[in-house]
Amino acid sequence: MTLTAATDFVAAESARGRGGGGPAPTRIVVAYGFWIFLLSDFVLFSGLFAAYAVLRHETAGGPTGAELFNLRNVFIETMCLLLSSYTCGLGALSAERRRPERFFVFAALTFVLGAAFLAIEAREFAGMVGKGAGPGRSAFLSSFFTLVGTHGVHVTGGLVFLAYMVAQVLVKGLRPPVLRRLLCFSLFWHALDIIWVGVFTLVYLIGDFH
Amino acid sequence: MDGDNRVVDDRTPGVEEYEPTASYLSYTAGLGLAILTTIVSFVVSQTNLLWPPGIPVGLVVLAFAKIGVHLVFFLHLGSGPDHTNNIVALAFGVLIVFLVIAGSIWIIANLNANMIDMIH
Repeated sequence: MTLTAATDFVAAESARGRGGGGPAPTRIVVAYGFWIFLLSDFVLFSGLFAAYAVLRHETAGGPTGAELFNLRNVFIETMCLLLSSYTCGLGALSAERRRPERFFVFAALTFVLGAAFLAIEAREFAGMVGKGAGPGRSAFLSSFFTLVGTHGVHVTGGLVFLAYMVAQVLVKGLRPPVLRRLLCFSLFWHALDIIWVGVFTLVYLIGDFH
Repeated sequence: MDGDNRVVDDRTPGVEEYEPTASYLSYTAGLGLAILTTIVSFVVSQTNLLWPPGIPVGLVVLAFAKIGVHLVFFLHLGSGPDHTNNIVALAFGVLIVFLVIAGSIWIIANLNANMIDMIH
């Protein structure tokens, strides 16, 4: 390699991501676009977080968070979602390394853990509504059900997305376009876990403490 | 020569390059750190290990630490050239989220306070 070629190479490499050095690979561009979508999703949730933060003491004489929340359940939910993030990452890694049989195992584990999270959340919601603490009871409960429910709807959407990705891998195999969609799915699933960190901290831990 | 083939000028738009993004080890390390910070969060909220008035602040700090772990180990946000745009977008997203949360809390708290005056 001549000295010029070497410096050109270094210059081109260091210019990547800043518009120089030629177009970025498709998977980088796709992941960037999906990342922008996820950030806009975070903005949606920030509005719901703000509403909850203001309204969490407005119980209108109804039950408070400390009376309603069961921290043991929340801990199990958190662990389900965290482990499903882990298995989802391992699944994406297996797919990238062209190991479909491993991918299917990890996808199944991700689905089961995500469904377990939703089942615990649904039971919690049903129990609260049964105790007369439904979303119509107070401003606190309205904002609670909106924030936690919107996250739950996202998880449900994620499970549909995952089932759809498994079907694509079955039918089309681990081709580059399928791998890119799989990358988007794993970004989505990890982002849901990040939002859940905010939910359990603000709603359940700080809410329970006060 | 090998180096000459890697000059980036001949990259065709849209051509896939295989680039392993992470390893099993990094996911496992991330899982370990995330579980650790989660358990610490739950313990801190239920005990008096921290000075009680400081517990909410401690929980928020732990939440940010956990979000950092997720971004680095699960979303693989790094300092490499491929991540420059992602980091800039994230910084902008954080700014918007901060403005929306702080601004909304300010406005809604005002409305909420005035609402109580109207009822009574």
